[in-house]
Amino acid sequence: MEVELSKDEQIEKLLEDLRTSNIKKDDWEFHDADRSIYSTGIGLNRQVVEEISEIKKEPDWMRRFRLKALEIFLKKPVPTWGPDLSGIDWDNTHYYTRPDEIKARNWEDVPDDIKNTFQKLGVPEMEQKYLAGSVAQYDSEGVYHNLKKVWEDKGVVFMDLDSALKQHPDLVKNYFCKAVPATDNKFAALNAAVWSGGSFLYVPKGVQIDMPLQTYFRMNGEATGQFEHTIVVADEGSKVHYIEGCTAPRYNTDSLHSAIVEIYVQKNAQARYTSVQNWSKSVYNMPTKRAWVEENAQMEWVGGSLGSKVTMLYPSSYLRGPYASTHNLNISLAGPGTVKDTGAKAIHLAPHTSSRIVAKSISIEDGKAIYRGLLRMNKGAINSKSHVQCDALLINDESTSFTYPHDEIYEPTATFGHEATVGRIGTEELTYLRSRGLSEEEASSMIVLGFMDDVMKEIPMEFAVEMNRLVKLEMSKMGAVG
Amino acid sequence: MHRVVVSESMSELIIKDLRASVADKEILKGVNLTVKGGEIHALMGPNGAGKSTLGNVLMGHPNYTITGGSIKLDGKELTNRTPEERARAGLFLAFQNPVSVTGVKLSSFLRTAYKQLHPEEKVPLSEFQARIKDHLKKVGLDEEFLSRSVNDGFSGGERKRVEILQMVILKPKIVVLDEIDSGLDVDALKLVADEIRDYYSQEVGFLIITHYQRILKNIDPEFVHILMNGKITMNGEKSLALKIEDEGYDWIRSE
Ligand SMILES: Nc1ncnc2c1ncn2[C@@H]1O[C@H](COP(=O)(O)OP(=O)(O)O)[C@@H](O)[C@H]1O
Ligand SMILES: [Mg+2]
Repeated sequence: MEVELSKDEQIEKLLEDLRTSNIKKDDWEFHDADRSIYSTGIGLNRQVVEEISEIKKEPDWMRRFRLKALEIFLKKPVPTWGPDLSGIDWDNTHYYTRPDEIKARNWEDVPDDIKNTFQKLGVPEMEQKYLAGSVAQYDSEGVYHNLKKVWEDKGVVFMDLDSALKQHPDLVKNYFCKAVPATDNKFAALNAAVWSGGSFLYVPKGVQIDMPLQTYFRMNGEATGQFEHTIVVADEGSKVHYIEGCTAPRYNTDSLHSAIVEIYVQKNAQARYTSVQNWSKSVYNMPTKRAWVEENAQMEWVGGSLGSKVTMLYPSSYLRGPYASTHNLNISLAGPGTVKDTGAKAIHLAPHTSSRIVAKSISIEDGKAIYRGLLRMNKGAINSKSHVQCDALLINDESTSFTYPHDEIYEPTATFGHEATVGRIGTEELTYLRSRGLSEEEASSMIVLGFMDDVMKEIPMEFAVEMNRLVKLEMSKMGAVG
Repeated sequence: MHRVVVSESMSELIIKDLRASVADKEILKGVNLTVKGGEIHALMGPNGAGKSTLGNVLMGHPNYTITGGSIKLDGKELTNRTPEERARAGLFLAFQNPVSVTGVKLSSFLRTAYKQLHPEEKVPLSEFQARIKDHLKKVGLDEEFLSRSVNDGFSGGERKRVEILQMVILKPKIVVLDEIDSGLDVDALKLVADEIRDYYSQEVGFLIITHYQRILKNIDPEFVHILMNGKITMNGEKSLALKIEDEGYDWIRSE
């Protein structure tokens, strides 16, 4: 008898398969031998930036742009208003590391060890099953990119940004660092100076892609930085779903990830950006992500922030045209010893714009989850609406969560609302599940996963399975809850 | 339709001189009761007598402290066991007020529970789903309940039906039903009673807690016990339940 399975049953089934299969799936924290053949060495100065630009044989405007960004970076202080960043060892970080020069269009052409890594992470399989296109990045460089022919024929461009800069220089120049200028913050300036890799996705007018496109970022080297720069352009009336997955092995020395993501959603277009990061606990994750949303366009941010030592991430939507809207759904898991300073920004610049932000967090042991948000409604953003909801789940007594919403409302006809809840796993729920035979640990993971369910529903199956597995792992490491 | 023999041998729940307190207040003051497979017991008593407390104590609810006596199921000492150990021993409680668990789908919850309770059985997912759907229908609920969160947004009556559904699916040996009839209309009550009777026919032992005898019109108890002031003050047959319907509990108090 064939029974159609709902998504969580499919997830359950995948997990069951995983448990019974012989392939032992480790944490995503395994690492390959160091296979970088070139690195600019440790530390950052003009010489390093020149060298990166030289290796990439970039147009001169980019080289000059990088050097200017470097000056901005050097001038800007490390932000002190958030989590402690004193652990970032600027002088001992490798700012550019690349494996052999590989720009494969075929998995067969990717060297075995790198291919194996991506296979372990399930990347080629996901591509085959449900992606319209895929890019894979290893340390500083994209090593693989592919786009299904139907979409290529319709004029869609999807490749790593370095390749795009060579093949579509004008298109890239048009959008590069427009939504996120180098002056935005210290980490954006750093990215603008030393960026390497990332994706470029251009969807022409009226083209609606029904399958997602994905980039997978893998850091392998120790004490490295990954500074990818991603640009997504959804031209008028188009529709696109772009997904990012990120992982890294765990080392004793910390690594730095500082990306820029710029999304341009033109008139009547719809864009969805999903990212699931499971960086290891030796990574500082400091990306700047921003969307420009034009008239009657829709932007959706879906995020799962699972790993890293410290994450500071506030995806922003600038609602620039009338009836532009944004929806932001994020879940942050602050595991033992980690800090998640995450949130969202919605900037209403035009009439009838709307934003909806749902932020969930889970803190385990001494994990600290912070919601930091900015809602701005400019004068003239008449009849604009916003709703912000923050729900925090604290697992242990020493777990903490904080909420810092910041509102700047200059338009009298605008309406907005905030809701915030902080909860713990309730004795009644726990007892109820246990009275049906579930162990305390199983019952707790089930409650935590239930809390995350809104997000799980929205993310691709493989990532949902991974999130599911991760929560169970964290809960089992903890032993008794309380 | 699946029909499984729940246990080979007759099961037996023995409650001896059970004393328990909640929030430092002694509620159960020495309860003695034995429920065997194939028996239906009704436990009656006025509001606040401690009936639900007994159910919760049997199940091992952490808010209740056992201060004396013992609970045994098939010779296995359960007195200091965790709720999951009691469930795995074959005990089931349909709660008076089942809580909701946001985001936990009924189907995956039941599947996880089933694997814990019957680890030796390997029921394919599709067959398991089919069982749930079959019984959802029997208690008069739509298939869509399968993918809804446990009790989330359910009406009182829907929660009660889902408790019965869980009972049938999870196949316990001894079942405690706490006010299972509250919130159910006449038709729903009939469906639920049919499921209970059907399940009882598999030599399962029942302790039906109720403060009035509506459900007893649909299900015949062999034994009726009255709990008052934390003790079983009277034992009888079905006629005792009928007398309480007519005369209330006052006459017992004065005896
Ligand atoms: N969790 C609890 N905390 C405090 N008091 C409780 C709790 N549960 C039950 N009680 C008290 O115990 C007594 C018996 O309650 P209960 O067992 O629910 O009675 P019944 O089910 O017979 O109506 C009541 O006085 C009630 O207030
Ligand atoms: Mg009661």
